[in-house]
Amino acid sequence: MNSLILRTAVPALAGLMLLFSIYVLLRGHNEPGGGFIGGLIGASAFAIYTIAEGLASARRALIVPPITIAGVGLFLAAISGIVSLLFGDAFLTGQWWFPAFNPDLKYFSSVVLFDIGVYLVVVGAISGIAFALEERE
Amino acid sequence: MSDLTAWLVVWPVAIPLIGVALTVILWGRERAQTNIGVIAISLQLVSSIVLLQHVWENGPLAMAMGGWSAPFGIAFAADVFGAGLTVAASLVALLVLIYSLADTNADHRRAGFIPLILALMAGVAGAFLTADIFNLYVWFEVTLISSFGLMVLGGRREQLDGAVKYAFLNLLATTFLLIAIALLYGMTGTLSMADLTGKVAALPADSPIEIIALLFLLSLGMKAALFPLHFWLPAAYHTPLPAVSAIFAALLTKVGVYSLIRVFMLVFPDGADIAREAMIWVAVATMIVGALGALAESDIRRVVSFTVVSGVGVMVGGIAIGTEAALLGTTFYMIHSIIISAALFMATGMIVRAGGGTRIADLAGLYKGAPFLAVAFLLCGLSLAGVPPFAGFWPKVYLVQAGLEAGAYGIVAGILISGFLTLMLVGRIFALVFWRAAPEGAPAVASDGGAVMKGTLGALTILTFVIGVYSAPVVNASGRAAAELFAPDAYIGVVLGRSAQADAGGVEGPGARP
Repeated sequence: MNSLILRTAVPALAGLMLLFSIYVLLRGHNEPGGGFIGGLIGASAFAIYTIAEGLASARRALIVPPITIAGVGLFLAAISGIVSLLFGDAFLTGQWWFPAFNPDLKYFSSVVLFDIGVYLVVVGAISGIAFALEERE
Repeated sequence: MSDLTAWLVVWPVAIPLIGVALTVILWGRERAQTNIGVIAISLQLVSSIVLLQHVWENGPLAMAMGGWSAPFGIAFAADVFGAGLTVAASLVALLVLIYSLADTNADHRRAGFIPLILALMAGVAGAFLTADIFNLYVWFEVTLISSFGLMVLGGRREQLDGAVKYAFLNLLATTFLLIAIALLYGMTGTLSMADLTGKVAALPADSPIEIIALLFLLSLGMKAALFPLHFWLPAAYHTPLPAVSAIFAALLTKVGVYSLIRVFMLVFPDGADIAREAMIWVAVATMIVGALGALAESDIRRVVSFTVVSGVGVMVGGIAIGTEAALLGTTFYMIHSIIISAALFMATGMIVRAGGGTRIADLAGLYKGAPFLAVAFLLCGLSLAGVPPFAGFWPKVYLVQAGLEAGAYGIVAGILISGFLTLMLVGRIFALVFWRAAPEGAPAVASDGGAVMKGTLGALTILTFVIGVYSAPVVNASGRAAAELFAPDAYIGVVLGRSAQADAGGVEGPGARP
């Protein structure tokens, strides 16, 4: 779409949306939010960037193909379930690590890893769909 | 470490899922994807064999996901029934995958053939091993979504036509299934199948159990292709790649039959009389309509699709008889049907390749160019019809015997008549496609399939023969599966973490938490 307003606004907007999506992802650990909704916001950032700047530059911005991102996400989610094998717990049991320098940090856990996996699956899948739709036009 | 044992129930699902992740990361690199696919399905086969052996020796095994014990969390559980079907499914999937290497081209594989097959297998194994009825629905969706992708692989017009019918009917069926599960949950407050047994039995007498059981029969019957909701199967299964049809016919209807057995044995062991009565007539009609439809068809791939429908009727007939002997027959028939449906669709794919068309009228004289294919097709066809000494003979013997004992003469007649019609059908196809002399000047047989296709088809043919001649292991396993279905205390015990085994199986409370 050739709109000067959109093209001026989008780089800042898309960056802000990506940042916000990561905030929502991490917030989901204890409050409303999480990987799925964060991933949707992240994918919208790439979708709006595609509309403004075209498919080629969106692909460049994403560096790797979206399907690969989804694959990495699925892999991380599967691994986060298997981590508990090392500790003798059941599949998908949450494992936490509290760093000695700041035991209040609650982000080093297999649960967050799972959520990051979900985030990447959603970002990859939805932006893949958005790219495919843009391609047909 | 005792907890490692319980992980056995996770691997048949987790391995193909990891395979999906790796093959999706390696999107477009077909060789690497193919290698991962073959390795993942092989590992799934090995892990399910180990699981079956463990369950055989130690009784049912369960694991609560994330340490959240059933009935609040989701548990996976394996008994001989579920583990045995997982073994059969992954064995046939491995052979179909090897067959597909010669059947698919680079375009199909670039479009994601291997990741979709792996996702399908994760879904099938998940459905066979979950102990939670909502989770069962989720695995249905996993198989459904991957099967949509597989169905349109190749992108021909008739494939899209078949896929639309398939998608619409199956989405409708999953919606009905979801409604049934929601109603059940609303009444009992639990989704764990082991917990539902007692909760459903304790419901007041005026609860609408009959309606819910009928809804389950409707939705799962649609999935399993039961008459009168069978029409989507022959309208869709002849369109995708032969390897895809083979794996669909072998596994997808069986997941529906499996779920019917689980629901009617575990959730509604008593009562649900209207649904059971309906099941008898639906099963008989499915057997006969499937066999007649196959006789009436002129497209060879649709003929084979209709025989799948007829087989579903036989399996559900066993559930409708409802005795332990009948469930032995049904379980045996499921294993037989997993093998034979795949073999027949693989053989049909080779026939189409050799004869250059799918209309029976256009196919003739293939015996000359493809003698191996002719023999394999005939043997598999005889097994399908239930002729001794092949594997198809025994389950029908057990089912007929059980039917006579229980006085279910309609089902006995249905099994015998559909077997007779199937035998006629096999003779007709063999005579027309292989024996009939090719018309003068007809082109020679294009291809007899090559070593890979012949090898995998041969393996399945030998398997159905060996099981027929040496049936004791499968009979024992089916008998044990049926006995466990009739006395599910051990299964319920491990899922709910009541027995001593559960302590060794990792279903105790959540692990160390902050």
